[in-house]
Amino acid sequence: MAKLFTPAVVLIAALFAIAPVLIVGAPYESTMGLVQKIFYFHFPSWMAMFAAVFVSGVASVVFLATGRKGADALAVASAELVVVFGLIGLLTGPLWGIKAWGVWWSWDPRGTSALVLWLVFQSYLLLRRFGGPGSERLAAAVALFGMCNVPFVYWSVNLWRTLHPKTTVVSSLPVSMGLPLWLSTFAFLGLLLLLLSLRTRLETSRTRLDALYLALED
Amino acid sequence: MGFVEASWLVTRKDLLIEFRSREIVYTTLFFAVSCLLVFAFGFVREGRAVEDAAAGILWVAIAFSGTLALGRAFERERQNETLRGLLMAPIARPALYVGKLTGIVLLLVAVELVMVPMAGVMFQARMLAHPVLLSALVLTGTIGFTAVGTLFAAMLVRTRSRDVLLPVLLYPVTVPVIIAGVRGTAALLAEEPNVAMARLWLSMLVTFDVFFITLALWTFEAVMTE
Repeated sequence: MAKLFTPAVVLIAALFAIAPVLIVGAPYESTMGLVQKIFYFHFPSWMAMFAAVFVSGVASVVFLATGRKGADALAVASAELVVVFGLIGLLTGPLWGIKAWGVWWSWDPRGTSALVLWLVFQSYLLLRRFGGPGSERLAAAVALFGMCNVPFVYWSVNLWRTLHPKTTVVSSLPVSMGLPLWLSTFAFLGLLLLLLSLRTRLETSRTRLDALYLALED
Repeated sequence: MGFVEASWLVTRKDLLIEFRSREIVYTTLFFAVSCLLVFAFGFVREGRAVEDAAAGILWVAIAFSGTLALGRAFERERQNETLRGLLMAPIARPALYVGKLTGIVLLLVAVELVMVPMAGVMFQARMLAHPVLLSALVLTGTIGFTAVGTLFAAMLVRTRSRDVLLPVLLYPVTVPVIIAGVRGTAALLAEEPNVAMARLWLSMLVTFDVFFITLALWTFEAVMTE
């Protein structure tokens, strides 16, 4: 798997290089004009965040069930990336919203659900950082609860409010807009995978180093 | 020893201790009342409450007092190392969870029996219009909040910074409970009560409760291995 790393970096870098060209070439959306192009960053960031949520949740379940350290390393790496990609989405959303709808934050279902999910994984990181020894298992339970909570948060906020562009927007896009969008999405997902592998390797090395220190002291 | 019998014994122990000292119920109740009062200053304009304020403030007060009660209940276990004793007992771990959950729910219900009429009085809300549905909403919401809270509080008993980490972890996960509780209660307390809407929120709360109690029963064993 390590051999695939360099070709993957080259491929993802190429995608990130081509994407701006396609984005500039894409047609303007009828009502929002140039502002709509932030969508090519906003949507892929959210896709990457949800993928990371899923990876973190599943890795946490594996860690709770089997106790494998590798699963825990993957879970924490993924949780950090949830926070990073979520932050990109949360910053681009209001920037788009203030121009398109005139408000920074409109409490619509998808945005609010994403914010709550982001908070859950932020709390995961706080627990790991400030919880002291033994907090890995507890944090894994939090990640699991966070992942399982997604439909409930969405259901409750949806019943409460509705404003976001409907899901049908993405599937009905013309090819000239669809191509840069999906290219950007693949680029972001590729970036997620690269960062995940790097961070997981870092985490595994760190825990092994800690264990060696402890063994040395005995 | 059967599951139900074991959980009942755990609940009975908690209730007995509480009856003798009444520490948690008094302090939580007083805190809840102060909370209602503090929020009232923000949301009462010219003697009348802002629209839907009663529902919102009530549920915020439930969330805050619930967090306090959870913290206190497990702090008691930590102080006398009784949690280790409970974990060593030959009962199914999930029975321990259910016993603790029932005890804390009963405690919070006792507090809410005072809080809900008080909120009705302070904010001129018609609490008695649909008493059964209102009680069902408050009860299922409390159960949902406490179900997740008991698991997290039990998890955090031996953790550093546990006092601040409990709300930090608990509030994002219980957002659906708060939304459903507030909107359901607001639908009932409105000028023209929307009973159908309240029933819909109630069904969401019941689904949440069932789902998360099941999830907590599965996870309790794994996180309490220490």
